[in-house]
Amino acid sequence: MSLYARRLLLNRFNLLVSLFTMLFGLFWLGWILITLFEAGFRALTPDLFLHMTPPPGSTGGLLNAISGSLFMAAAGTLLGTPIGIMAGIYLAEFGRRGWLAPVTRFINDILLSAPSIVIGLFIYEAYVVHVRHFSAWAGIMALALIVIPVVIRTTENMLRLVPDSLREAAAALGAPQWKVISFVTVRAAKAGIITGILLAVARISGETAPLLFTALNNQFWSINMNAPMANLPVVIFQFAMSPYENWQHLAWAGALLITLSVLALNIFARVFFRNKTPMY
Amino acid sequence: MSTVANTIEGLPRSLSDMSTVSKAIPDASLRKQYWLDQLFRHATRGFAFLVLALLVGIIASLILGSIPAIKAFGLKFLVTAHWNPVTEEFGAVVPIVGTLVTSFIALLIGIPVSFGIALFLTELSPKWLRRPLGTAIELLAAIPSIIYGMWGLFVFAPVFADYVQPLLTGTLGAVPLVGRLFQGPPMGIGILTAGLILAIMVIPFIASVMRDVFEIVPAVLKESAYALGSTTWEVVWNVVLPYTKVGVVGGVMLGLGRALGETMAVTFVIGNAHGLASSLMAPGSSIASTLANEFTEAVGDLYFSSLIELGLILFVITFVVLAFSKLLLMRLAKQEGQKT
Amino acid sequence: MNAAVLQSTPETVVQKIEVKDLNFYYGGFHALKNINLGIPERKVTAFIGPSGCGKSTLLRTFNRMYALYPNQEARGEIFLDGENILSPRQDLNRLRAKVGMVFQKPTPFPMSIYDNIAFGVRLYESLSSREMDERVEWALRKAALWEEVKDKLKQSGTSLSGGQQQRLCIARGIAVKPEVLLLDEPASALDPISTGRIEELVHELKNDYTIVIVTHNMQQAARVSDYTAYMYLGEMMEFGVTDEVFIKPKKKETEDYITGRFG
Repeated sequence: MSLYARRLLLNRFNLLVSLFTMLFGLFWLGWILITLFEAGFRALTPDLFLHMTPPPGSTGGLLNAISGSLFMAAAGTLLGTPIGIMAGIYLAEFGRRGWLAPVTRFINDILLSAPSIVIGLFIYEAYVVHVRHFSAWAGIMALALIVIPVVIRTTENMLRLVPDSLREAAAALGAPQWKVISFVTVRAAKAGIITGILLAVARISGETAPLLFTALNNQFWSINMNAPMANLPVVIFQFAMSPYENWQHLAWAGALLITLSVLALNIFARVFFRNKTPMY
Repeated sequence: MSTVANTIEGLPRSLSDMSTVSKAIPDASLRKQYWLDQLFRHATRGFAFLVLALLVGIIASLILGSIPAIKAFGLKFLVTAHWNPVTEEFGAVVPIVGTLVTSFIALLIGIPVSFGIALFLTELSPKWLRRPLGTAIELLAAIPSIIYGMWGLFVFAPVFADYVQPLLTGTLGAVPLVGRLFQGPPMGIGILTAGLILAIMVIPFIASVMRDVFEIVPAVLKESAYALGSTTWEVVWNVVLPYTKVGVVGGVMLGLGRALGETMAVTFVIGNAHGLASSLMAPGSSIASTLANEFTEAVGDLYFSSLIELGLILFVITFVVLAFSKLLLMRLAKQEGQKT
Repeated sequence: MNAAVLQSTPETVVQKIEVKDLNFYYGGFHALKNINLGIPERKVTAFIGPSGCGKSTLLRTFNRMYALYPNQEARGEIFLDGENILSPRQDLNRLRAKVGMVFQKPTPFPMSIYDNIAFGVRLYESLSSREMDERVEWALRKAALWEEVKDKLKQSGTSLSGGQQQRLCIARGIAVKPEVLLLDEPASALDPISTGRIEELVHELKNDYTIVIVTHNMQQAARVSDYTAYMYLGEMMEFGVTDEVFIKPKKKETEDYITGRFG
């Protein structure tokens, strides 16, 4: 075969393989989603939202788990976001000189990819052990630790996208630096920063590991922050691995709920970002 | 002295004096702004320090928690495969090997597949399909890991056991050297299954990053290669890939980080056995799965401490991988003469 | 050489800005070499010269914009109304309230048109809302933008066209009533019609403000300015009344540039 013919064949072959990989990826996506929807919808009843998690063998719902998850996700986000935004501002606006910014960025990248179970372990060692009980507070802290690196990274990236000419224009009017940052730069990056927060929320909604040793789980309804709090991921874990059928049904329903909310958040964040970003 | 043109008659205060504002700015207000600036700068700086403190805190608390185990086992911990809560003899080899092997399998499958997907999205796919397909791949990343675990255990594992594993044992199992890896009863769960599921989980991460960096390759660069008569494959392999190698390495490292730390998906399907088997089809455990399964039920200080030491080892592995990749990226970027 | 340059500014004209032995460095790169110059008050002075000659750099020393970046350093003296603004004791915000700047790219803030203009004013003045309304209207009228935006003051500044955005930036700059206005290639990103409008504006504004304009367009400099400074490779080559510089340049280098022998 001539050199040219061989090259053409190689080209065809590789492009075909590439098509195959695309189908491969879509295949798994499809299979997983179909399974999830099938098993989840079967167990999706209004009861889910009206009753608490049942003991094995009886019927019930997921109300305490759903509300616990919503509560802890909101609180974790509320705790982590301001920290993340402030640190992100430091990295983008004050980080042009000195050592703290590059080091912080490096560490942040590590925290971003750190296994979330290690985060849970840390909160356990640093807090749970000392107060001697699992609690919602601990769960919230663990979730906040996952939110912080995500928000720092997106805040810094979005702030860096704001052109220097905008900062200069504000400075040229005699505005002090804190006003330039707060009223002009951050405002210009607002859409991106909010998107980052939404993505962080989506991320913690699906996390199980950090809650395993912190908030644990609670079979009943509880609003006591110092006690274990029910949450969807740990409930799913417990129920799915059990031999009880009703528990397994509930686990699938819960899995469906989490997936739907995470997907919705992701899509919403994407659409929001596209619509609200000013063009420079 | 000229007057201000285009003004209204009967000028109110804000317009009537042409004298400039700057003469009227009192020193006190400028000083206040100076202190506010300092306050703001130090506040943001403090939060950046907090991040530093967090890392130190994590490492410190993990080390502190591991001390009893370190005192009891020393370095033997890293080479013993024994894990017996009853006799309080613990060794980390099985979970460590499990973690490393499953991640290796994940990358082995994940990298080529991600590359193929990125190639498809940037070169082959019709324009109107690009956005939906790209979103579909990103949806894979958004699916929470516990769902992967459930699907893996209840749906994938039985199919895998019934159809694929016997096939593997029959074909690859017969090959001389590699065969040992594929022997054993088809249980569906095990190290191989965990590795496969991890592969599916890391593909969207690596593929997205690859696609993003492939997309920003300047068109003129590709066009120059095409102009010389190159095929699409040759352009991608010889021009696009070298140009984007920094980003590609970053994406792979991201995927690796995820694979190493993944807990829920692995816990469901890895089998949670504490023996070191020679076959990939056998059950095993990873550090994360061991922690997830045993931590809340551990009794006894040494048991606890050994588990925490496992966590420390996992953190160190992830840390080393990430630090190494960052250094690699810096080195690559310097070679190219650009900064990432 | 540079003393002769200073002398071409007539004695009767008041110097708003006096530059003495100014040297500027970007890290190790010596970008401005021994600049000596006087900017006359209430006149338009243009800086012209080929790319990289240092005209924007020089402009940006007048409001110390370079101070935002590390590794950029100015040595020498620049006197604004007799005070050396390069002194470390100079408050930068006060300086910038006195010396305004409009940039090459229009930079509307991500706020409403009204707030864009009010932002600068609110920094140092407390006006009642009626007074602020009047100031905003005044600034927009001066910038010849009022008629086009008076019904949409609450809309975002970014919703305007390029030429309108640039006029908005000019309105924003004059709303705070500075004494000096620095214009860094204000029309280079705009179409010819908007450019013409901006030039008209400059003509009108010079009655009240000292204006320094950097432009790479010689014809624009000739149309708009009273005095022109020609710079080359970081040095001040020639400075004088615009008509003289363009018709009877004193130096060959100036003549070469103006007649297009290079550029």
